[in-house]
Amino acid sequence: MNGIQMDLISEDKLDGMTSMEKVRLILDEVRNGKILILEKGLTPSEQTKLIELTMTEIAPDDFSGIEIESYPVKQSDTFLNKLLGKTSLKTRLTVIGPASQLKTIKKDRDLISALVSTP
Amino acid sequence: MGIIKRLGLNLSWFKKLFKKRKARIGIYGPPNAGKTTLANRIVRDWTGDAMGSVSHIPHETRRARRREGVTIECNGSSVTLDIIDTPGLATRIDFHDFMAFGLTEDEAKRRAKEATEGVIEAVKWLDDLDGVILVMDATEDPYTQVNVVVIGNMEARKLPLLIAANKIDLPTSSPARIHSAFPQHPLVPISALDGQNIDALYQQISEHFG
Repeated sequence: MNGIQMDLISEDKLDGMTSMEKVRLILDEVRNGKILILEKGLTPSEQTKLIELTMTEIAPDDFSGIEIESYPVKQSDTFLNKLLGKTSLKTRLTVIGPASQLKTIKKDRDLISALVSTP
Repeated sequence: MGIIKRLGLNLSWFKKLFKKRKARIGIYGPPNAGKTTLANRIVRDWTGDAMGSVSHIPHETRRARRREGVTIECNGSSVTLDIIDTPGLATRIDFHDFMAFGLTEDEAKRRAKEATEGVIEAVKWLDDLDGVILVMDATEDPYTQVNVVVIGNMEARKLPLLIAANKIDLPTSSPARIHSAFPQHPLVPISALDGQNIDALYQQISEHFG
């Protein structure tokens, strides 16, 4: 059967990885044509690392980059954080795939609609 | 990283007390949002010079440009900025897109290579800024990943961010759509091209980065 492989990566697995491991895993899998769905998403600094590394790997007629879509981060407002006057950011579900195969149709605060095509 | 940052101390009250009036500000956004047009407008208004060339072909700015000592005076107060006009951020760069604008294959490939280097440079600059003006094309969907990444980074670093909802001279522009997407940040609708509402932007710059 022809098709596109889609991997859904759990929050627990992501929590056990360093930032560099996550970025490397994503790029390797996406370059192999997979679509990844990350349950937890990436921190802002991990997203910039991913953009940087993606740029170094772009090559004409081989790899044109990635499509990445996530909901905007949420401020975590737990009771303890409020008490301590702290704010922490909560990352959210993220979809990543090859730019040549994944195209976002529409995105808003609560919906990501994308089109996936075969290579 | 400074000791104060490492200790996680919030000294904004201290800065306010001594009225820090100099800041290094990056102009960020996706390609063709009007970053260089805005940078040119600001620098021309306050120094008489220009910063860089603009084009309808994406990724015209492929090297970050810095202009030091731009003093903006507004309502009796003044702030001096180092302005960094950054290349457009993107997650994909395909040389075929440039060929659609009439570039030859060689020119398109060269532009694509330089554009990838420009994106890396823009990302690196995020570590050295006191604040960001995020330029969004008000005729486009605001929920792009570039906007989400820049806003997320500034929020994580607790640095001030000002959204310039650009291109309000176009009939399909909708600054309200941007405001509803990112209501937590100050927004100024502008046209960097014809200068509409630009004084309101200078007022906000003076308040947020001064």
